Amino acid sequence: MSNNILIIAEGRAEGLKKVSYELVNMAQTLAAALGGAVEGAVVGSNVGAWAETLAKTGVTKVYVADDKGLEHFAPESYTTALAAVINAAQPAIVLFGATGWGKEVSARVAARLDWGLATDCTAAQIENGALVLTRPVYAGKAIAHVQAKSFPVMVSMRPNLVPPAEADKSAAPLQTVAVTLAAPRAQVVEAMVKEKSKVDLGEANVVISGGRGVKGPEGFAPLNELADTLNAAIGASRAAVDAGWIDYSHQIGQTGKTVAPKLYIAAGISGAIQHLAGMSSSKVIVAINKDPDAPIFKIADYGIVADLFDVIPALNAALKAQAN
Amino acid sequence: MPFNIVVLLKRVPDTESKITLREGAVVTEGLNFVLDPYGEYGLEKALQLVEQHGGKVTAVLFGSADAKETIRKALAVGADEAVHISDPALEGGDAAATAKVLAAALKKIPFDMIWAGKQAVDEDNAQVALRVAELLDLPHVNSVIEFNLEADGKAARCVREVDGERDVMTTTLPAIFTAQQGLGELRYPSLKGIMGAKKKPITDWDAAALGVAAATVGAAGAKIQQTKLEPPPARPPGKIIPGDAQTAAQELARLLHEEAKVI
Ligand SMILES: Cc1cc2nc3c(=O)[nH]c(=O)nc-3n(C[C@H](O)[C@H](O)[C@H](O)COP(=O)(O)OP(=O)(O)OC[C@H]3O[C@@H](n4cnc5c(N)ncnc54)[C@H](O)[C@@H]3O)c2cc1C
Ligand SMILES: Nc1ncnc2c1ncn2[C@@H]1O[C@H](COP(=O)(O)O)[C@@H](O)[C@H]1O
Repeated sequence: MSNNILIIAEGRAEGLKKVSYELVNMAQTLAAALGGAVEGAVVGSNVGAWAETLAKTGVTKVYVADDKGLEHFAPESYTTALAAVINAAQPAIVLFGATGWGKEVSARVAARLDWGLATDCTAAQIENGALVLTRPVYAGKAIAHVQAKSFPVMVSMRPNLVPPAEADKSAAPLQTVAVTLAAPRAQVVEAMVKEKSKVDLGEANVVISGGRGVKGPEGFAPLNELADTLNAAIGASRAAVDAGWIDYSHQIGQTGKTVAPKLYIAAGISGAIQHLAGMSSSKVIVAINKDPDAPIFKIADYGIVADLFDVIPALNAALKAQAN
Repeated sequence: MPFNIVVLLKRVPDTESKITLREGAVVTEGLNFVLDPYGEYGLEKALQLVEQHGGKVTAVLFGSADAKETIRKALAVGADEAVHISDPALEGGDAAATAKVLAAALKKIPFDMIWAGKQAVDEDNAQVALRVAELLDLPHVNSVIEFNLEADGKAARCVREVDGERDVMTTTLPAIFTAQQGLGELRYPSLKGIMGAKKKPITDWDAAALGVAAATVGAAGAKIQQTKLEPPPARPPGKIIPGDAQTAAQELARLLHEEAKVI
């Protein structure tokens, strides 16, 4: 085992995800304290371009497991490829992004290698030579301080915690890691293409959420217009999701997504404890609600007591005017 | 053909609960404990499959001694039997240790399929079920919102939802599936079900019954150790922007730009 930090990059058709660059930055801080280097890894099929980009972010080496068998997601194949990469790198710490993919593959790899794994962490640092982390538990109603009892260890870090590293440095060498994949028993056979929101909820700087107060699927239209102006992602309360007005993938809260954008706008949402669990660590919270006693106002930085169908278009107009 | 289905259920505080801390730990007195909501979705699917194809649903819960009342709910809604794993020697573990305990238990229970939750809503680890899959060398499908058996009953075709995207995944059986919201709410127990649950068997297993090595489980086996719990940072009091919708919206736009500097 070395003192190095290995970051596992993650990409999609358009290229590496933003969280991959953020992991490089987080790893730099840890590596400085631990006296090791930051290395990166890319696994998938036809991922040469991702590897080349990652190589320019300041990492000292990029491990690449590129195999046709990784074209479609299969948990067992990805576990095998990641285990091979980790065995080649021998790091003290492996960092994953706490995305759906990162959380899924890290759990299985951690079990295969019998390593500890702390998921969904919001801070990581070295104290007295040990890795200490914070992670929200009870959906953010408490913050757990945890410590890795020994190295090596795996961690998944929430997106959006630190600025992304720039891919403008000189290219680090690539090291190919050969993998031997058995035919997987479970695998993705078809990606379901659906109308996807333009901005990823987990990565968005601004999230605009609608609740029962939007009154129907068409009630999200003014929110969408405001989202276009602010380059925001659309969220929703469970009430709006359960009513069938918007897809579950937009649900924010204890049994939905946890987001921590710079700006969270809650429109027609009462502020039930399960909803707050998913958004209360946002930097600035705006609440728009007709009811002055709605609990959402207790955690909002700015509140407007009025009809959202009046406020949202007016806010959109004011922001557009302000931008000019 | 009949199926033996195991459902992994954790006991967690009700999501309505206010979490109060004392000396860095959760105050459990007065907390209302329930089955974890995602595990419940898996339980509902297991009950439906056994209704359609025959077989047996076994609920497995690893937790403190007083978790027994919580697992009775699984029996009340229709699970056939339950296994309650409890032993002070197994307490204080992390996800890695928990998965080893559950994997040891699953070696003693015949199954064609295992259902679990995508994550338990207390520690939000989202790793125990996937670790169990790896330890038992089983395929898994994570975050399932739609589940269909293939005609031969030896494989399944699922729709799963990850990061807002969906895809279709197939797997051979036996396999582990983790349930995501959307798969279907758990039915309510009937009065008859609640009465009947009292007569259904709950098997108690401790560390010795499972034959797990002491150094690999409980606090000794934990690789990640919790040092303390803290309340989340308090938010400064906010302000209500006065005026009609138009005026307030304009003021808000200004404040977001000049005061909060977020846009
Ligand atoms: C196990 C469990 C898990 C849960 N998980 C989640 C979760 O992940 N996320 C989640 O959100 N909820 C969750 N809930 C549900 C939660 O308890 C609430 O029921 C839900 O958040 C309420 O949604 P809402 O605020 O949109 O609706 P309501 O509580 O009905 O509030 C609607 C609000 O809109 C306001 N309003 C109405 N019309 C207008 C208008 N024209 N202009 C302005 N304001 C208006 C009203 O004054 C009201 O305050 C969960 C519940 C349980 C039991
Ligand atoms: N102590 C436990 N007893 C039974 N099942 C558990 C336990 N811990 C976790 N699980 C299962 O694993 C899933 C994921 O849990 P976690 O990794 O803790 O978020 C849960 O939804 C349960 O199905």
